[in-house]
Amino acid sequence: MNVEISLADLHTSCGRVTRIEGGHGFKRHLACLGIRVNKKVCRVTAQPFRGPMVVEVDGTQIAMGRGMCRKIFVEVER
Amino acid sequence: MKILLMGNPNVGKSVVFSRLTGVNVVASNYPGTTVEFTRGTARIGGEKAEIIDVPGTYSLEPTSKAEEVAKDMLEQESPDVVIDVIDATALERNLFLTLHILERGVPVVAVLNMWDVAHRKGITIDIKKLSEMLQVPVVSTVAVTGEGIKGVVDTLSEVEDPVVRAPLSDDEKWKFIGEVTQIVQTIEHRHPSFLEKLEDASVKPLTGIPIALLIVSISFLIIRMLGEGLISVIGPFFELYYGPFITQIVESVIPSGLIHDLLIGTTSDFVESFGLLTTGLFVPFAMVLPYVFSFYLVLGVLEDVGYLPRLAVLVDNVMHRLGLHGSSIIPMVLGLGCNVPGILATRILETKRERFIAVTLMAVAVPCMAQNAVIIGLVGRYGLVYLGIVYGTLFIVYLGVGHFLNKILKGESPELFLEIPDYHIPNVYVLLKKTWMRMRGFLMEAVPFVLVGVFMVNILYIIGVIDFLAAAFAPLLERLLGLPQDAIVALLIGFLRKDMAVGMLEPLHLLPQQLVVACTVLTLYFPCIATFAVLLRELGVKDTARAVGIMMVTSLAVGGVLRILLEWVI
Repeated sequence: MNVEISLADLHTSCGRVTRIEGGHGFKRHLACLGIRVNKKVCRVTAQPFRGPMVVEVDGTQIAMGRGMCRKIFVEVER
Repeated sequence: MKILLMGNPNVGKSVVFSRLTGVNVVASNYPGTTVEFTRGTARIGGEKAEIIDVPGTYSLEPTSKAEEVAKDMLEQESPDVVIDVIDATALERNLFLTLHILERGVPVVAVLNMWDVAHRKGITIDIKKLSEMLQVPVVSTVAVTGEGIKGVVDTLSEVEDPVVRAPLSDDEKWKFIGEVTQIVQTIEHRHPSFLEKLEDASVKPLTGIPIALLIVSISFLIIRMLGEGLISVIGPFFELYYGPFITQIVESVIPSGLIHDLLIGTTSDFVESFGLLTTGLFVPFAMVLPYVFSFYLVLGVLEDVGYLPRLAVLVDNVMHRLGLHGSSIIPMVLGLGCNVPGILATRILETKRERFIAVTLMAVAVPCMAQNAVIIGLVGRYGLVYLGIVYGTLFIVYLGVGHFLNKILKGESPELFLEIPDYHIPNVYVLLKKTWMRMRGFLMEAVPFVLVGVFMVNILYIIGVIDFLAAAFAPLLERLLGLPQDAIVALLIGFLRKDMAVGMLEPLHLLPQQLVVACTVLTLYFPCIATFAVLLRELGVKDTARAVGIMMVTSLAVGGVLRILLEWVI
């Protein structure tokens, strides 16, 4: 079964982006780094104390604050 | 012909620029190395062409100051052709900017750079098909080795007028890009290489933090050992050969008097004599340059490997307490070499608030290599404990002032959002060239300044201004900092260049604890004149005044407290 969770809650492996909340500028910036609807995003690691996450899209690693990750939703298999 | 070099951050535009023009610019393996544009010229098809290296941008809607520069350049420079440098390992997202540029109706040559890395990663791109679909010429390059650059030059001389395109919405652009990459690109799966495993290990907290500590300690160890090693060679050269030689020449022409003293001073000691040809050359060449060289060599390796963005991720939490985010560690590290490029590099930060905090912290508590050379030269001989006190104090001030600014300034610090580059093994030739460029930059800046400074100090002494200043400031500062009158003068002169203060502090034979106070205050109280000029330019008059106020208060308060603590302990 597929469930939608925020990227911040992605604890292992990968998910497919379903939707992104936030303004036009934010979405566009994400899109330019490869994070768009239907893209496969994988978690590499996250820093403790709600520090930034590192995710991988299309072979590129991107570091992102946890607040941003909460606005990105992905679909994972449960 | 006017050519703009554009592209996403960290695709190698500056390397392509250097290859095309022969003009050397600093290039590194992280986004945002170029924050200002650089102009150069090249011969394209027998014609002289102006080439401009533009800061990297993801789209033409700017989100940082560097990106704003890029957009303005495209609009104001009206180029004849744009070279769009594309990272061949990330074709898809690079094409977004390509489409934006094409919509402006400018002829474009697309350059697929890092072709070798793409090959290693198992990525193949059909150049001919890509060129057909985009309707622009496409050339593949490996800019660090120069491969394919000739192809770029040949293509430039035969660009044609662009096809008129209907503007697409963002979604339409991505859809088109999706179709293009589907057709032209094939990716073969490869097992992760050792470097790729190391990439992951250095951002995961459990392994990343020990790796960071190791890298930082090894870097400092190398900088110090290499710096001292060079000093032990250059120092004796000055003392044994240059000194007697120059003294003999000067004395044979001018045996004594004002000019004689101006040129070589009255004592034979290089640091103390304060002559133009003795102290004026000894300080920059034999005391500071060795550290500048070793610092920039180590920095160059860290930059070109691509380590710094990973450090940014690891320190992000701490930096948020100072109102900054992790990326601001990169300007700070650059500031350790010289505050001027460090301050310029804060342009990668998104908000004005962040830039103010980062710039102020740098000017207050980040000692440049000239300052470090003073600190190590004067305090280092009394042992690591004293060095530890100076650097520990600076570190605490950095955190304290940052915390304070974060509390009193309105607004929040934005979150970290940073592309992390792949690790690359540095190209030795590129690395050495970059180090040489930065050293040359130091020499061109520092030597004239030190010479002028030494000259002025001599003149000011003769006409009595120094004594006047000393008398004016001394009572307050003597009591507060516990330093003799002459040391106060050294601090004041440090405004010109911090490394000159060493020549003035050295002959005073201060106690170790006095040197600690003097060196700490020297670092904190005011930036050197070159940094001050950049502060004014980047922050404006009002914010510079605020930053200077913070510096003054901090340096006096910290100097006073440090003095009391040291007297109490020792």
